[in-house]
Formats: sequence, structure tokens, C-alpha cells
Amino acid sequence: MATTLYDKLWAAHVVAEEGNGVCLLYIDRQMLHEVSSPQAFEGLRAKGLRPRNPSYHLAVADHSVPTRHRDRPIADPQARAQVALLEANAREFGIELLTLGDPRQGIVHVTGPEQGFTLPGLTLVCGDSHTATHGAFGALAFGIGSGECESVLATQTLRMPKAKTLRVNVTGDLPPGVGAKDIILAVVGKLGSNGAIGHAIEYAGPAIRALSMEGRMTLCNMSIEAGSRTGLVAPDETTFAWLKGRPKAPKGADWDAAVAYWRTLPSDDGAVFDREITLDATRLVPQVSWGTSPDQVADVTGQVPDPARLNDAEQAAKTAKALAYMGLVPGQALRDVAIDHVFIGSCTNGRIEDLRMAAHVLRGRKVAAGVTALVVPGSGAVKAQAEQEGLDRVFLEAGFEWREPGCSLCVAMNDDRLPPGARCASTSNRNFEGRQGQGARTHLMGPAMAAASAIAGHIADPRDYLEAV
Amino acid sequence: MEPFIRLSAVAAPFNEADIDTDIIYPARFLTITAKKGLGRYAFHDRRFDGQGREVPEFVLNREPWRQAAILVAGANFGCGSSREQAPWALLDQGIRCIIAPSFGDIFRGNCYRNGMLPVVVDEATHAALLADAEAGLELHVDLEAGFITRPDGSTVAISIDPQKRDALLNGWDEVMTILNQRGDTIAHYETQRRQRFPWLG
Repeated sequence: MATTLYDKLWAAHVVAEEGNGVCLLYIDRQMLHEVSSPQAFEGLRAKGLRPRNPSYHLAVADHSVPTRHRDRPIADPQARAQVALLEANAREFGIELLTLGDPRQGIVHVTGPEQGFTLPGLTLVCGDSHTATHGAFGALAFGIGSGECESVLATQTLRMPKAKTLRVNVTGDLPPGVGAKDIILAVVGKLGSNGAIGHAIEYAGPAIRALSMEGRMTLCNMSIEAGSRTGLVAPDETTFAWLKGRPKAPKGADWDAAVAYWRTLPSDDGAVFDREITLDATRLVPQVSWGTSPDQVADVTGQVPDPARLNDAEQAAKTAKALAYMGLVPGQALRDVAIDHVFIGSCTNGRIEDLRMAAHVLRGRKVAAGVTALVVPGSGAVKAQAEQEGLDRVFLEAGFEWREPGCSLCVAMNDDRLPPGARCASTSNRNFEGRQGQGARTHLMGPAMAAASAIAGHIADPRDYLEAV
Repeated sequence: MEPFIRLSAVAAPFNEADIDTDIIYPARFLTITAKKGLGRYAFHDRRFDGQGREVPEFVLNREPWRQAAILVAGANFGCGSSREQAPWALLDQGIRCIIAPSFGDIFRGNCYRNGMLPVVVDEATHAALLADAEAGLELHVDLEAGFITRPDGSTVAISIDPQKRDALLNGWDEVMTILNQRGDTIAHYETQRRQRFPWLG
């Protein structure tokens, strides 16, 4: 029978059927960070348990780490204690740790793939909802809570109901100036914030096949913003070429055996999905969010919606609430919306290709007066690569700050935090109320648009800047 | 965890769609590594103003809902981040049962692991329970019997996976249950998997 990529990954990891569609699922890999792991380790300690397979886990601090002054101790005593606790737990339980001083340190979803810890065909979890990122490699990856982190440490399994399948077909070629972030924002807008609850998404079609691994990670990363814990792209030559030679990837004959297996994973011709939607890439325009939920997006050439013109009462109420928080006027052109902050980074858009794209727009230009702009590379490896290519100079000369790796302004848990009323052009994944600081307003977009907006001082269409380059 | 068997309490109406876990538990409090005592941060930026004063309009700051142990929430409640601090904070605030048209998947799973009962209801039932909540009336949630009794005596069925129901009724810890029931099966699976895929390590 023709089966989907998700079905194959699921079937390969079923340890036991528990009835009612619930299975005990084997978990091959877990990434641990400082926020969701302390209570999991505490749970092990309280029950007198040890990790079942310590080498199946990798720990790295990212959420609460400062992005400046890495030569000094962390200033915030609570964050300092939290990072120290991750390090102490990793040592106590024999788990590999990338310390803050390690050149490989970075956001879990950037560092994991870079190290080859993420591989096709595996199940991979992390106490972070953006874990679907790793699905870009054809790994069954999803975010979990701390209690589940403890379960994976102690049992290497999770009890889970199987999800339904949803294929998102993206046909045609992307036009110039339109990227993976625009695809996923459009998909989330189309599905709605709860449209994919209980579904595993597979992204397919020519536009997806043409994406780099960085683009595929951007895409899968935001699956949760449509309610889906899992986003997948079938592994192919692009995947294998990207992974080959990574420190934790298989070597020699093992590599050949692994690739042979990975080639069997893509959905079979004729496989049936529970749902399918199609998006025409050729008609896609750069996307930007205007509200407080990631499904509240529009073409950058469009306007702020008018709740009075919406027929659905619930949508109208959601829209009115969002506009009140965002301080926007119905009908206002999105390109007229002035911004005062720009953030380029995060597990969505903190990779080398994102920085290249932003730098391409910025080269020889300056950040507008009154705009504070920062770049936070997703990992130490991304930072080093960017510096080798001279991208740091481009950002600094344009007036951006060039920081150390971490989650930074995507979650605003460290000292990178926006003041109330600030408005930020951001390459992150969530525009929730208070996400970048209490009372701060977030507009989600891709790196090229964030760079263009930094120059313009208002939301800008990156295509206007790319054509002139 | 504390068993959940039955509960009679006032239900707080909070019918806003897409209440994400950042609203339930703002990120700046995530550097706290404790699991208990987080109730003061539940809905923090909705409950308190910039000076730390109560926002009088917020439902949990009003009588009789200060003592609410049930929340009648809007669609997609608990969407967003996987932070388990969200259910921990609600639990510490006294909320043990949440009724909504839909939930964020990760949040919903986190509730069960902490002795909390999320209940999905259809639109008409949601409207009826919301009206009860707004009137400040008590709901009677009986997980053992499998239904919620409204003040008018009508009942609403609780749909739940039987294993999750048993775990809640008995206060069972999932990790210990898996180890006790499936320890050998996991070991057998691991042996086979390592033979087939030695490159997994």
C-alpha cells in the first residue's frame, strides 16, 4: 500500500500499541535547553532514575543567554543560575553539553542540524514548540513539555496519538524577492492558527524541492503556528549533500547504508493524505503580519484589514482586538507603518542564508534614523561563517548591532527586550502580545523585508531594494 | 500528581480565541526553574497593570471568579510555546479544569500530566457553559462518571482517552507507568533497532 512519509516514520518507531490510536513511540534524539529541562532532571532525581541512553541527548543553553559581553558572567542572577543548572544537570547525568563558551553553542534548532545530531528517519524532540524545524530533514520532530522531556530521558519513549496527515503542495517557482518565510506565513494565514491541530504537515511540490535546507528549516519551523506539532519535507539529494561530513552524521559505509534507508522514506506515489491544500508559488508576494497571531498576515502591498467589513463575527472580534493592541488603523497601507526596531535572527531566520539575504539588501545602505537594529546569528558556526564572508562588516556599516548567538528578541527572556509601544520588524516566529517585551508590537517577515524596513524606517517591500542592487 | 476525580466550582468565563502560552505565562518569568508557586504569574500581564496593580476588569480579579477552579476558555486555548509553566501556573492559581472548543496540542498534553482536565466541547455546548460561567454558577465535573452537570441539571459528556482518564483518576505518574508496563518491550525494540541501524549509535 502506498504510504506517506509520516506513516513510515511513525511505523518505524512504534514500540507498542496502547489502544485507541495511542502508541508508545520510540524517541531517537532529544535536545535539552535551560528552560524546559530543569524540572525534567528534578523529576528523575525525585524518582531515583537515570537517563536510559545519555548519548541520545544533547544540551545547549539558548533561551535566556545574553547576546553581549560573553566574556563576563551573566548579569541577571536568575538567568545565570538557570544556565548553571543546565550545565550541572548535564554533568550529573552524563549528557553532552555545549557550554556558552563553546564555538558550536547556539539555538537548539540551529545547532542540532549543524552538528548532524538531526538526521532523516529519526524521531527528535525538544521542550520547545519550534522543534518541527528538524522535520526539514525528514525527521519526525516535535515540541514537548517538561514532563515529556523527563519521559524521554527515563524511558526513551512517549505515549502519543497518531496525527492525521496534511499535505501542503507549493507549485511553481518562487518569484525573485520571495522566500521560504513568505511561503510559511502565507500557509499559516491560509490554514489559520488552529487549522492544523492534530495534523502532521508534509510540505511538497516543486517550490519546496527547490528550497535549500535553510529554507526548508524556516518552513517547517513555523508549522506550530498553524497548530501542527510536526512539519516535514522528504529527504533528497539537497538533504544528503547538506548533512554529509557533519560531525555527528554517519561516516563511510554507515553513511552509505543510512542514505540507502533515507531514500525509502519519501511518500509513495498515490499515498493518500487526510487533507491537502495547494499554494501557487508564482503568485506569492512578500508577506508581513499585522496582528497578534501569526495567521494575521497580508501581502506587503496590502492594507490593514477592517473588522467592520468581515462577515465572520469571531474573525471580526479577533481582528479588532489585534488592531487595538497593534495600534493600527483599518485600511492603512502596510508600507506606511513606521517601525523603530529591527530584529534579524531566531530559529526561524538566524541561519547563514538568512544573513546573506539581509546583507544583500543592506550593502552600501544605512539604517534609517531612529531605528535600532540588531542581528543575532543562530549559532556560533553561523556567526563564524558570516564573519568569514564579511557579512558582519555589512551589518555594522549599515548601523546594525552584531551580537552573540541565542534566542534573544524572539522570546525576550534575556536582556534583549523592547519597551512598551515599540514596533519591530522581526524575522522571528511569533507576534503574540508582549512576545518581544510587555506592550511591544511585532511584525513578522522574512530577512530581506526586515533589512529593507530597517533602511526605510517603515515596513518595506524588499523587491524595491533588490531590483536596484 | 494529585488525582482528578470530581470537582464542583465556579467557572470563570474567558472567551477569547488564541490565548497563547505567552499570555498565560509571560516569557520573562521563564528563568524561574521551580515548578511550584507560579500562580502569581498566571495571566500576569492581563491581571496586573505596569505598576503591579490588579486590572479590575480581568475575570480572575472579580467576584465570584477569584475562586474559580474551572475556566471556560475560547478556541485554540494554550496555543504557541510548549512551556509547561503555563499549566503549572494555572494549577497553582487553582484552575484544575479547562473547557474550550479546541486547545493547543502541547498545552493539552501538558495538562493531563499535571492532574488537570482539559475538556473539548462543541460550539453549542460551549455557549451554554459560557452562559453558566458568566452567571457565576457552579459546574459539577465528574470524571469518574464521565460528564459535567450544569446548574439546570443537564449533562455534558467528557470525551477523553481511557488511559489518560485512568491516570487522572488514580494520580498515576506516566514515566513510572511506562517503565513498569513496557520496560522489557522497550529493551527488545532497542536491540532490534540497533541491529538494523548500527549508525544510530
